[in-house]
Amino acid sequence: MARLAAVRDETPTARTLVLDVPDWPGHLAGQHVDVRLTAADGYSTQRSFSIASAPSGDGQVELTVQRVAGGEVSPYLADVFAVDDPVELRGPVGGWFVWRPEDPSPVVLVAGGSGIVPLMAMIRTRAGVGSRVPFRLVYSVRAPEDVIYADELRRRTRDDRGLDVAYVYSRQTPEGWPRPPGRIGLATLAEHGWPPDFAPACFVCGPTAFVETAADILVAQGHEPRRIKTERFGPTGPVASGG
Amino acid sequence: MTVSWSGSAPTEGPGANASRADEHIDGNALAGSLREVFAVDVTVASGRCVGCGRVDTVAGLVLYTQAPGLVARCPGCDGVVLRLVRGPDRAWLDLRGVTALEIPLRP
Repeated sequence: MARLAAVRDETPTARTLVLDVPDWPGHLAGQHVDVRLTAADGYSTQRSFSIASAPSGDGQVELTVQRVAGGEVSPYLADVFAVDDPVELRGPVGGWFVWRPEDPSPVVLVAGGSGIVPLMAMIRTRAGVGSRVPFRLVYSVRAPEDVIYADELRRRTRDDRGLDVAYVYSRQTPEGWPRPPGRIGLATLAEHGWPPDFAPACFVCGPTAFVETAADILVAQGHEPRRIKTERFGPTGPVASGG
Repeated sequence: MTVSWSGSAPTEGPGANASRADEHIDGNALAGSLREVFAVDVTVASGRCVGCGRVDTVAGLVLYTQAPGLVARCPGCDGVVLRLVRGPDRAWLDLRGVTALEIPLRP
């Protein structure tokens, strides 16, 4: 059983939950937890959430939750769940979509929307262990205000040597942005990713359609499919509205 | 220690948690539910599809969560590889679509 220790608003629709988890065994960057909520009448539902934080050793774990209108779990976690409230967690789980600091390969991270969350855990872990493995993040958002961790990414781009961040705005760009809004494309990943002969580890996370587009582009660029790890989030829960 | 509980399977992928009307997610999301049954993380295991012979990791399968349970299909031929249904006090695991699983272990 975990307990909410603190909350941080990240964007108008996303917030970070800092959870106290007694006996937390530590985790790898990219792993997730399953969260279960049970209503007073016994109805219970479960969702997976990526861990946002680097392993810390202090028994705290951070999840960043994007509110989904009409959703079942995320509005509860984003709006109702209060400090000191308990929640059932299972995890950490998942050994596939993980970055291990001992892997020397350069890394390209491709995030769509709140798909940034597990990739941020990798960026934070890299900094936490003092790794010099070169990281490039391509982060696609609808509009500038949707950038989660905006200040931290700005700071890390300046301070974390070997970390580059490029943004793609699909609906609305910042003022003076040199390109019109648009979806992620081959040119963006060619310019801001790594060439295939560097044999980078590629991590792609976001909505299903975004992940498929980005993974197809990486394959078309010549990256080996087994070097491309994906995490789609998504669909609907037991009710059609999901989330 | 892995925190666990008895109950249903995840109905949404990790990766942050906004949900969309997309139909499927990755086999990654099976990790918690399979971890209830197996001592190791089976999502990093690879298996050969009975239908088309393609080899994939379990994490790379196409996972549908709308069924009563979890259904993982082959990304190559869309054949059913694995089904997992969790009841209150037991689980049913159907591995009809995989000829063998290769599971990495510590030497």
